[in-house]
Amino acid sequence: MIGDYTYSEFGSILAMQGFAGLILFSVFVLMALGLAIIFGQMGVINMAHGEFMILGAYVTYLCSTFVSATIPAFFPYYFFVAMILAFCAAFALGVLVEWAMIRHLYKRPLDTLLATWGLSLVLQQTYRTVFGAREVGVSLPDWLIGSLPVTDVVEVPINGLFVMALTFVITAVVYLLMYRSNWGKRVRAVVQNRTMAGAVGINTRMTDRMTFGLGCGIAGIAGSAFTMIGSTGPTSGQQYIVDTFLVVVFGGAASLLGTIASAFTISQAQSTMEFFMSGSMAKVLTLLAVVGILMLRPQGLFTLKIRR
Amino acid sequence: MTQSRSANTFLALTRRRLLSGLAAVPILLALGQAVPAQDFPTSEVKGNDLAVTDDTVTVGILHSITGTMALSEAGSVQAEKLAIEQINAQGGILGRQIEVIQEDGASDWPTFAEKAKKLLVQDKVAAVFGCWTSASRKAVLPVFEQYNGLLYYPTFYEGLEQSKNVFYTGQEATQQILAGIDWVSKEKDAKTFYLLGSDYIWPRTSNKIARKHIEKLGGEVVGEDYYPLGHTQFNSVINKIKLRKPDVIYASVVGGSNVAFYKQLKAAGIDMTEEKPLLLTISVTEDEIRGIGGENIEGAYASMKYFQSLTNQNNEQFVKAFKERWGDDIVIGDVTQAAYLGPWLWKAAVEKAGTFDIDEVVSVSAGIEMNEAPEGYVRIHENHHLWSKTRIAQAQPDGQYKVVFETDELMEPDPFPEGYQ
Repeated sequence: MIGDYTYSEFGSILAMQGFAGLILFSVFVLMALGLAIIFGQMGVINMAHGEFMILGAYVTYLCSTFVSATIPAFFPYYFFVAMILAFCAAFALGVLVEWAMIRHLYKRPLDTLLATWGLSLVLQQTYRTVFGAREVGVSLPDWLIGSLPVTDVVEVPINGLFVMALTFVITAVVYLLMYRSNWGKRVRAVVQNRTMAGAVGINTRMTDRMTFGLGCGIAGIAGSAFTMIGSTGPTSGQQYIVDTFLVVVFGGAASLLGTIASAFTISQAQSTMEFFMSGSMAKVLTLLAVVGILMLRPQGLFTLKIRR
Repeated sequence: MTQSRSANTFLALTRRRLLSGLAAVPILLALGQAVPAQDFPTSEVKGNDLAVTDDTVTVGILHSITGTMALSEAGSVQAEKLAIEQINAQGGILGRQIEVIQEDGASDWPTFAEKAKKLLVQDKVAAVFGCWTSASRKAVLPVFEQYNGLLYYPTFYEGLEQSKNVFYTGQEATQQILAGIDWVSKEKDAKTFYLLGSDYIWPRTSNKIARKHIEKLGGEVVGEDYYPLGHTQFNSVINKIKLRKPDVIYASVVGGSNVAFYKQLKAAGIDMTEEKPLLLTISVTEDEIRGIGGENIEGAYASMKYFQSLTNQNNEQFVKAFKERWGDDIVIGDVTQAAYLGPWLWKAAVEKAGTFDIDEVVSVSAGIEMNEAPEGYVRIHENHHLWSKTRIAQAQPDGQYKVVFETDELMEPDPFPEGYQ
């Protein structure tokens, strides 16, 4: 590979490639976080995760059209408001879904898989009816488009930086919520022993509902951020769902650290291999490696040790 | 005779008032074209027991209304319905109004085959307008051949197929590719190419043809990459492109991946308006630009046969009628226009044959011309594809294309290109 290029060229490519890997890592963490909370803390397999993300994306789309039509001066900053609204919308829908559907199925975890898959189809068709079958274009403020030139060759995409920063903030907030707040303590107590947690006065129903809502809300933020790098259409959520499950399962379902470690491993492996071979081949090898490792460690990379 | 003709014209006029959205085209064409059904007795024109009555003929529309492909196929459905409504407003075919049975292929290829069988066996439709992906066409092909149906297929595709029962109104691969590569080599002095596509039959076959042609012209392919359908991360391949510094990125990425690819290309600092490298795509129509955003793809070139911005009288009327029927904010892409040709070509063939009988319609189809096509003049080749021109256009920030080049001659369809396989 080095043969045709000078060392400085090769160095810059290495730097950009490393950065591409980091962006992919942030994207993976952001999309897997919501699912990891729901799956890890509640044991519910949320097949409609992608559709919650797309809800966030559509909220962002509505915001961008609304702001550019009414208060164009505010347009450069609308994205932050859009993300908050995306969180609220996905959170609200999540709470509603938990109340209407999930809470009846806690004792039948496999049925949640089927029910949420059905929900994903319903949501897709709803988006199609409301927003049309075609993808919508979300226009972004100028400052989010383009790249920062570091040297002549090395250029860093701004939206990549933005996603990285956002992922960092969200992960930090989730960490504080789960491990440093009273609410997090309650959630973890419910995960470890539902009956005992109820016996000591924790409202387990409310805890479940909020956990599910939080997971969905984070999916909404992820969807909102992904309007910068991907498409927004009724079925766009399906593009992310496989990778999301891969990251969560590989990382070990109940562990936040596991999710982050697995996102890092998979993203680095994939982006490095993509550089040396065709994208499809890289994907195949990544999946093979994950299958191999899961055969050796079926519980995933990291697990919570709980006495059952 | 005179009486029945004026009655028909009156009928057409009343209907026209009802379908006020279909203004332009039928008004110009309707008068004098209405043929009385009595001249063509049902028993003589219904072929092998097709769904033809004294005043109607039934056709099928078979596209995905749900599922992943719904966003791509929506435009084709609208175009086919518009064409059929316009034909009906003119008095129909052989004096018969066209009735439509629409089935949903649901983006699922076995479903397409099942629905095709239902349309042919149970509904006995005289023609089907439908299918979009090659996979769905391959799935229905045995059904159409077994039950002797008639399919008008609108999408540009990879070629390597020809069936008695199918007419291909889009371009096959060589029609779309050769002229485009000739043009960048000659006009833009391009020598090195980077081929990039989604990983399935159409991009792979197209790139195979492209590679042969590039090498024939003395150019060089410096990279060739495929990504799974729905892939959303293109930063690695963008780095590879930066490293190889090709003159041209030749892109056949499809679907949602398209949006991710162009947004990330722009974010990585590749400004396509500078044409270093120049981007030439065969997969992005105006439809796709809606999702990508005009500002993200500004400056890229596309090689197709039709663009909404074509300035000829046919196209202006077509765009006007389309917008009146389906709304002002609609855009029309290459495939949508090709889908619009289907019902009209079928009408011409049926009128030439004087019957709906499938074998007769097929046997008279070669050589049928259409002067009113929005893309301009087209003609059916003996191999069931269309002679049509290839055009190169550059994407504008408003989401439209500006045509910069058009072949002088019609390109001959060549689904089995020698030396390219």
